[in-house]
Amino acid sequence: MALQTAANTNDPMAEWAGSLEQLKGLVTERALTGETMLLNMGPHHPSTHGVLRLLLELDGEEVITCLPDIGFLHTGIEKNIESKSYEKAVPLTDRMDYLAPMSNNTAYCLAVEKLVGLDVPERAQIMRVICLEMTRLNSHLVWLGTHAIDLGAMSVFLYCFREREELLKMFEMLSGQRMMGSYMRPGGVWRDFPPEFLPMLENFLGYFPSRVDDYEALLTKNPIWMDRTQGVGVIEPEKAMAWGVSGPSLRGSGVAWDLRKSMPYSGYDMFDFNVPVGEHGDVYDRFMVRIREMRESVKIMQQAIKRLPAKGPFRSDNRKFVPPPRAELGQSMEAVIHHFKLWTEGFAAPDEEVFVAIESPRGELGCYLHGTGGNKPRRVHFKTPSFMHISSLPVMTHGHLIADLVAIVGSVDVVLGDCDR
Amino acid sequence: MIIPQALDPVTALKQAMPDAVEDVREYGGDITIVVKPDHLQAVSQYLRDTSGLVYNFLSDVSAVDYYPDYNRPGRFGVSYHILSLLYKRRLRVKVYLPEEAPSVATVTTIWPGANWLEREIADMMGIDFVGHPDLRRLLMPDDWQGHPHRRDYPLGYETVMFSFNADEIMKHKPHATD
Repeated sequence: MALQTAANTNDPMAEWAGSLEQLKGLVTERALTGETMLLNMGPHHPSTHGVLRLLLELDGEEVITCLPDIGFLHTGIEKNIESKSYEKAVPLTDRMDYLAPMSNNTAYCLAVEKLVGLDVPERAQIMRVICLEMTRLNSHLVWLGTHAIDLGAMSVFLYCFREREELLKMFEMLSGQRMMGSYMRPGGVWRDFPPEFLPMLENFLGYFPSRVDDYEALLTKNPIWMDRTQGVGVIEPEKAMAWGVSGPSLRGSGVAWDLRKSMPYSGYDMFDFNVPVGEHGDVYDRFMVRIREMRESVKIMQQAIKRLPAKGPFRSDNRKFVPPPRAELGQSMEAVIHHFKLWTEGFAAPDEEVFVAIESPRGELGCYLHGTGGNKPRRVHFKTPSFMHISSLPVMTHGHLIADLVAIVGSVDVVLGDCDR
Repeated sequence: MIIPQALDPVTALKQAMPDAVEDVREYGGDITIVVKPDHLQAVSQYLRDTSGLVYNFLSDVSAVDYYPDYNRPGRFGVSYHILSLLYKRRLRVKVYLPEEAPSVATVTTIWPGANWLEREIADMMGIDFVGHPDLRRLLMPDDWQGHPHRRDYPLGYETVMFSFNADEIMKHKPHATD
C-alpha cells in the first residue's frame, strides 16, 4: 500500500501521468493507450444515491471496469463511539443509514445487550419489531421512488413520498424526531408508545396495501419498466454469497436467507410471514422482492399490534444498566444514585467481544462490539450492507451498458452514509 | 437434498489442524477460535469447504487495537465473522498480530467479499494483507498520513467559537487565497 507521491514538478501533465500509473492493473491495458474511455460518474450524480464516485472504463457504451470510490461521507462514527459511554453512542448510530435509523439503533443496542447480558422485556421486543418494520417500509418507499425516478418513471416518487410522510409523522410521534429518532436504547425503547400512535398506525396499515397495489399498477406490468429491468444486472446466487451480498439483493437471486426467519432476533420467531425470493437475480426480481416484502411487513405489524400487551414495561428494570424513570427519583435514594451514576459515567462492560447481525432493509447489518472492562467500548465496527453491495458493483456491472448501470446501482439499494459511516 | 450432519467446528478443526489452533473462547454464545496467523488461509479454506461445516458467507472482518497495555498475544486482533447459510450458525476466527509491521495473508481468495473489508482495515488500522489484489486507501484520502482507528491516533476536536475567541479562531482557519 505504497502511497502515491505527487511528482515535484510544475508540469500539469506529470501529475496526470502519475494517476494513470496508479490505475495500472485496475483497468485494462487498452485504457492506458486511449482505446477505451475512462469516465468519472459522480461524486455528485443523481443516480448514485449519495456521494458515490464511479470510475468507469467504457468501450463504446459497454462498461468494462467499474471502480467505486467511496469515503466522501466518512464521518468517523466508529472512532467517535470509542470516546462515548455505551448509551450516549446511540444517537451516532442513527446517522449511518439515514433511511433506516431504527435498524442501526437496534443492531447497536442488541450488541450492547449481548455484551453486558441485559434482558429486554417481551413488550419492548414487540415494540421494537413494530418500529423495525415501519423503518423497512420507510426505506423501501424511498428506494422505490428514487429507483423509479432513475429509470424515468417520475410519478411513482410522489406517491411513495406521500405514504412515507405518514410514516415520518408516526416516527415524530414516537420520538419527537422525524428521522433520527434514537428511539431504541439498551434494554428496550426510550418511552412508551403515545396513546395516539397505535390508532394512527392501524389506520395506515388499513390503506397501505392498496397503495402498494397502486405502485404495482404503475410499474409491475409496465412494458418500459420490464424492458429496462428484466435480464439486467443478473447476479448468480453463488457469486452473490461469495461477494457478501445480502438482504433483498441476495433473495432476488433465489436464496431464501432472511435473518428474521433464519436466525431470529428480538422475537421475530413469534410472527408468521413469508420470505419472498426471486428467480433470475436481475433488477426486476430485486424490485419484486422488495414490493412483496412491504406486504409482509404489513402482516408482521398487524400481528405485532394484536400481540402487544396494553400495559407492561417498555424497558428493562435492571437498574445497573437502565436509568430509573423520572417518577422514581423523588421517592427512592437508590434511584437517585443510579440516575447519577448512569448519566455521568455510564455502565461498565467486560473486556470481551460480541457480534450481532440483524436484517436491515438493505441486508445484513452487523455490529461488532469490543468492551474494555470500563464504561467505553474499545472498538465498534459496523458491517453495513451498502458497503458490501458497492464493493460487489464491479462484478454486477461488468459487460453492461452504461444506462443499465444506473438501474443496477439503484436496484441494490445503496445508502452512502451507511457505506462510509 | 440430504444435508450432511453438522460438525462441531472446534473439534473438527483441532483434529484436522492441531497446530493451527491457539485458543478457543466462548462469550455470550459466540465461539471464537484463535488461530496462528500463518495458518489463517488454510483454516479458512478448511472451514469453507469441509462438508458439515460449510462456512460459505463472510459476514464481517473487524480489527481491534489493544493499545496500550495489551495482555494478549499481540497488539492487534483481526476477527473474521463467518456464517454458514446451510447450518445457520456463526463462528469467529481470530488472529493476533504483532505491533511491528502487522501483516496477515488475505482471505479474498476464499471469500471475495473480503476485498473491501480488508482494504478498510489496511486503511484505518494499518494492517497489511499479503496477497490482496488492491490495497489502496478506501475511506481516507489517498495522501492521508496515519491510521485513524488505531488507539494511539488522537480523536481531534475543534474549538467552539464564541464572540470572545472568534477572531483568534478565524485567524487559523484555512481560507482560500489567490
